[in-house]
Amino acid sequence: MSTSTSEIARPEFLEIELDQKPVERRRIKRKTINTIIWFVVLAALTAIVLYPLVWLFIATFKPSSEFGQNPGLIPDNPTIDNYFKVLEGIAGVPLWRFFANSTFIAVMAVIGTLFSSALAAYAFARVQFKGVGILFAAMIGTLLLPFHVVIIPQYIMFQKLELVDTYWPLILPKFLATEAFFVFLIVQFIRNIPRDMDEAARIDGAGHWRTFFSIILPLIKPALITSAIFTFIWTWNDFLGPLLYVNSPEQYPLPVALRLYNDQTSTSDYGATVAVSFLALLPILIFFIVFQRFLVDGVATQGLKG
Amino acid sequence: MSTTLTRAIVTADKEGRPRLLGRRGPDTPTRHGLKVRNRRETATGYTFLLPWMIGFLGLTLGPMIYSLYLAFTKYNLFTEPEFIGLDNFVRMFTEDPQYIQSVQITLVYVLIGTPIKLAAALAVAMLLNYRDRGSTFFRSSFYAPSLIGASVSVAIVWRAMFSTDGPVDNTLSFFGIEIGGWVGNVALVLPMMILLAVWQFGAPMVIFLAGLKQVPRELYEAAEVDGAGPIRKFRSVTFPMLSSVIFFNLLLELINAFQVFASAYIISNGSGGPAGMTNFYTVYLYKRGFADLQMGYAAAMAWVLVIVVAIIAAILFKTQKSWVHYAGDNR
Repeated sequence: MSTSTSEIARPEFLEIELDQKPVERRRIKRKTINTIIWFVVLAALTAIVLYPLVWLFIATFKPSSEFGQNPGLIPDNPTIDNYFKVLEGIAGVPLWRFFANSTFIAVMAVIGTLFSSALAAYAFARVQFKGVGILFAAMIGTLLLPFHVVIIPQYIMFQKLELVDTYWPLILPKFLATEAFFVFLIVQFIRNIPRDMDEAARIDGAGHWRTFFSIILPLIKPALITSAIFTFIWTWNDFLGPLLYVNSPEQYPLPVALRLYNDQTSTSDYGATVAVSFLALLPILIFFIVFQRFLVDGVATQGLKG
Repeated sequence: MSTTLTRAIVTADKEGRPRLLGRRGPDTPTRHGLKVRNRRETATGYTFLLPWMIGFLGLTLGPMIYSLYLAFTKYNLFTEPEFIGLDNFVRMFTEDPQYIQSVQITLVYVLIGTPIKLAAALAVAMLLNYRDRGSTFFRSSFYAPSLIGASVSVAIVWRAMFSTDGPVDNTLSFFGIEIGGWVGNVALVLPMMILLAVWQFGAPMVIFLAGLKQVPRELYEAAEVDGAGPIRKFRSVTFPMLSSVIFFNLLLELINAFQVFASAYIISNGSGGPAGMTNFYTVYLYKRGFADLQMGYAAAMAWVLVIVVAIIAAILFKTQKSWVHYAGDNR
């Protein structure tokens, strides 16, 4: 920029303005090129990240004989036999049974988690009582605790109660809010709700229970939905729990049933294993596609882990 | 904000009660009335908290204490626990080479895998943050592996991908690199497991991205005016502004990484092989505790894990003063 008087500044100013147009155009052009590079890089990265899932899907159409023979992605003789084969199930248990078991456990887990976490969260966020500080700190502490320290005593306890090989050890903890992440998530959500409404309700004579059921509960629906979806997915995927507690094949949820296929792969066929793996993931992938906004935003805002 | 959890932990840790807690009600009538009200509040509070309290005492705190006791015993589930003092711990560190190896590979997995995973997460988050439009699809695609990564299905896929003449080998041989299978290879099976962890970079990435969106644009503009290049801008603006999010991700990812189980168990068919190279801490703990029914020994192992995790968390909290900045903090 010129530092001289306005007299000569004016023509110079004009000159710059004239000059600027090609510069601007060049800049826009560069920006477009940058955007294209950006898009190509990300698209390539997406392809790499999603490749295992694409591979899994396509592999379900490979005849078992092609595994190890045809390393390519596309099967030489595509077939849907794998799906027909796996419907029969394994170890005398039909496939639908594993799905039903998994669904039952996951649905019960969702109900339990929502019930117990919402109650605990309301107490932490809205009720002032002695010891709340220490208890809240303890709840946060359990977030960081490696849960392996409790699985042995828990197993001994459930074994003494003769609850091994039932679903109780998998479902009961959910009704007791052991998944502190969801308590924390709902606490944060309740804290963001203005207190005016509670106070108005209080003046009208509503106690904590009324306030909880008629004011807070309807307002925390988004947090409840996020908790429900995550609980469902985590329970559906859980392997260690059913590995410890469920012994009879007809009670197996999918992850443990998958292990049966997996252990047999050396002797029996690989196509079936791949098909069941895909079918076991399918409900979660559908959930993800339908609720991705809820899930991803839930992670972003609360620091919740996938 | 993802930093709220960190803050809650920090303050709860320091003062015994969280700072985030709601303020006490301002209405203070007579002392007696207050007492009655407080007592009623306390009763209501504990009623709401009842399920959580039962769970906390019966499924977390009680079991923790019991497993601390078991750690000093020999116990096989069917006979009474027999007190043996520090024998379990002595055995772990002096007589059990499998345990030492398990510690080693777990540390390699955690201390190498987690930084790589977080670096990938941050790099991709910065790439996504370059443009707002069109990034939602990519964000979701990158997040998907985090949701399913710990499942048995993915472990099966991963083993197939990295098996002899599998898709990964084929791609590499296209570039002239012949591997011949990762799963059975003692040197490559651990890198393969680390890749599986890195593949799940989506969850920390989403958190980083949310953090990046909150960095004020003016800071970058000011840095540009001062002549800062991209590296300087990262060092002086992005990193300090994101440090609380980095801290949060680092803490949680480290703790989670120690607990890897299902994928290692499935990939090695429960053996922890080849040559113990996937015998991660929790896999070995499971084998000792539930296959061999050495529950005292396994409880001791679990407590060592708790102590290690506590030490790592303590180190992170101690060092955070020197590199973590919270927004609105002028220190």
